[in-house]
Amino acid sequence: MKTVEEKTATIDRRRFLKITGVSTIVGLLGGWKFVELLAPGELEAKYLPKAGALTAKRWAMLIDMKKLTDETAGKCIKTCHRLHNIPDVGDPKREIKWIWLERFENAFPGDEHDHMPESVEEGRFFVMCNHCDNPPCVRVCPTKATWQRDDGIIMMDQHRCIGCRYCMAACPFGARSFNWGDYRPLIKDKNPEYPTREKGVVEKCNFCAERLAKGLIPACVEESEGAMVFGDLMDSRSELRKIMRERYTIRRKPYLGTSPQVYYVV
Amino acid sequence: MSEEKKEIINSLKETGFYKPGKIYDRGKVIAGIVVFIIVAAFPFFYNAGKAAKMPEPKLDTPVIRQLPEAERVCVLPKQEMRENHMVLLDEWRDQVVREGNREYTGYTGKKYTISLQNTCMECHSNYEEFCNECHQYTVQTPACWGCHIQKPKEWAG
Amino acid sequence: MFERALAGDRKYWGLVIVLLAIIGAGFMAYLVQLKLGLQITGMSRDVSWGFYIAQFTYLVGIAASAVMLVLPYYLHDYKTFGRITILGEFLAVAAVSMCVMFVLVDLGKPMRAFNLLLHPTPGSVLFWDMVVLSGYFLLNIVIGWTILEAEKNAAPPPSWVKPLIYLSIPWAPCIHIVTAFLYAGLPGRGFWLTAIMAPRFLASAFASGPALLILLALLIRKFTKFDPGTKPIQTLAKIVTYCIIINVLFFLFEAFTVFYSQIPEHMRHFEYLFAGIAGYGKLVPWMWVSMIGMITASILLVIPAVRRNHVTLAVACVMVVITTWIDKGLGLITGGFVPNPFDMITEYWPTALELLISAGVWAAGFLILTILYKIVVSIKEEIG
Repeated sequence: MKTVEEKTATIDRRRFLKITGVSTIVGLLGGWKFVELLAPGELEAKYLPKAGALTAKRWAMLIDMKKLTDETAGKCIKTCHRLHNIPDVGDPKREIKWIWLERFENAFPGDEHDHMPESVEEGRFFVMCNHCDNPPCVRVCPTKATWQRDDGIIMMDQHRCIGCRYCMAACPFGARSFNWGDYRPLIKDKNPEYPTREKGVVEKCNFCAERLAKGLIPACVEESEGAMVFGDLMDSRSELRKIMRERYTIRRKPYLGTSPQVYYVV
Repeated sequence: MSEEKKEIINSLKETGFYKPGKIYDRGKVIAGIVVFIIVAAFPFFYNAGKAAKMPEPKLDTPVIRQLPEAERVCVLPKQEMRENHMVLLDEWRDQVVREGNREYTGYTGKKYTISLQNTCMECHSNYEEFCNECHQYTVQTPACWGCHIQKPKEWAG
Repeated sequence: MFERALAGDRKYWGLVIVLLAIIGAGFMAYLVQLKLGLQITGMSRDVSWGFYIAQFTYLVGIAASAVMLVLPYYLHDYKTFGRITILGEFLAVAAVSMCVMFVLVDLGKPMRAFNLLLHPTPGSVLFWDMVVLSGYFLLNIVIGWTILEAEKNAAPPPSWVKPLIYLSIPWAPCIHIVTAFLYAGLPGRGFWLTAIMAPRFLASAFASGPALLILLALLIRKFTKFDPGTKPIQTLAKIVTYCIIINVLFFLFEAFTVFYSQIPEHMRHFEYLFAGIAGYGKLVPWMWVSMIGMITASILLVIPAVRRNHVTLAVACVMVVITTWIDKGLGLITGGFVPNPFDMITEYWPTALELLISAGVWAAGFLILTILYKIVVSIKEEIG
């Protein structure tokens, strides 16, 4: 038996759904706010973040190059690419990459010189989306298919992306990949928990937003054996801030003003 | 009719080329109309008397079978899901991807993780007999499956 | 008025059929692209915009043809242009139509193109480019059509067109400025990150648009009974002369800043385009042809005798059209992407299918132009 409260709630929801149906038409005219005005509170009450989700004021990442071995790096990349259904395209010109390795002179062009320590000269640096605080990709996107969350993560909405690739031109870090063809058959073992992507949309690292929502840290950090740290930049007691107080960290191309949020200990 | 128009029509009549009420190329015009009607109405004639089978989405999956009778409910009442699941899924999509809200409270008060792949398809693991049944009948090809994948058959076990 | 496009001689129909055939071939190639995705192009992770966007950028410039006639005629009462403003306006219409088609064929998800309207984003320059281009298209087709209709009926044009004409004058430079801003505002692309980008776009637009218009006017003069007149062609030639010289100068200003400052992030792109880096230099011969050709055309056009002779003028105009096309339609976009943000080289060259699709779009634009010009010419021949 349903309680009276539940019954009335059902009627309200039925009404809500009908309004939502109408709103797909009204929404075309930009009248989305109309729905929210009619059913205030209803939306927020029905949709909530999951309990136990990891939250922060400003997510950031730190990579300690002294601790990162090529072997660990390989494991991190493999795990990331398996979890996120990243295809093995084979062609380096058209591949999809969320996290990968580059030489110092390529990751930090202009910062290299002829007399660097061997570890830097020969080292391979992890590169990925920097989840910039002032992201040019978000600025240029004509459909808000990429945007910045309140916690700083630069998200991609593959449902909305029209594939104009303006964000790829805007990103100074080469962090974005495009699905030049139907890459789905090229995914080796599909992870049924995560979606794949159709041809024609842009994608990139999402700081494992889907894992944070479940209370898990990003997969690469988990696999990194302590070489990577993920935390809240605004929390002075976080592990991340503790290391940043002790060690000098650098960022890629800081002079461009995008304020990258991936920090490196070299 | 204004005086001006009348005057124009009269002057046209005088030329002898304009005859009110006459259809020029009558044969061709009528033949054209008949051909058009036949072509446009062809699907109706062709399928006349052949009623398509009513869709019967099946609920017989291992996960649903294991549920006690009383708990065999969806996130919203059956009829609402039937009519408006696409609206709900659109809403879910925006809430998860754009708002970061991943939990939905169903009409019974039960909480669900918002996920087409992991929640909907958990119970409805029979894509062909459930989703496709109606979609085919109504000639819908939802874009969902361009990215979202079904769990492998053996998982549904 | 449109019925005038439906009656023509064999040459006219021959041209229409050839253009339709190219459109058909391009469309088939586009169907392949729709099925297989943009992997059929030469574009890559590093050079993520290619021939399509480059053609779009060049054609925005061609659309400038209209304002260079409208402005002197309406603001300075320069009567000479009265006979041919319509040619400029309709060329702009055809050019902007091609721009829109090139952007559409470049989209990874063309069926979602309306997301641009569903989720308007005023922070994106692309949003504003859509606004100015569609506005410019509407202004020119409405103004051109109305004025032509009035001319046909030997009546004065309706009074509401005047404000639209005045609006179209400042609107025209906006399409070049906004298109230049698409590129000039990106932090990581040193080749485009320069304030001279918009002025360069304006200069090359006001050279290439009128140059193409001169060529079209000369063709009309040769093949139809409508004579656009020597005087407007001569005035246009002077406009082309000034603008191509300014365009060369702007390029040299940029080259000075880049090479005297020696900042690698700006210099590397010029090195790639004009000298090649580490053996990669597909565009080097093209860029030199473009630069030398542009300078030669400037010198030729400065000589009054060259300008006055319609054969040599035509040669100079062809040079302007081709060299500005290489500059914008080949070098500008690829040059901005090479080297990539990792200072590595991935070269780009369009594939056959990509070129076929582009040819289809060009043909579609020329079909629009042919039809519009056919209407103009037959009306002008009639009223004499």
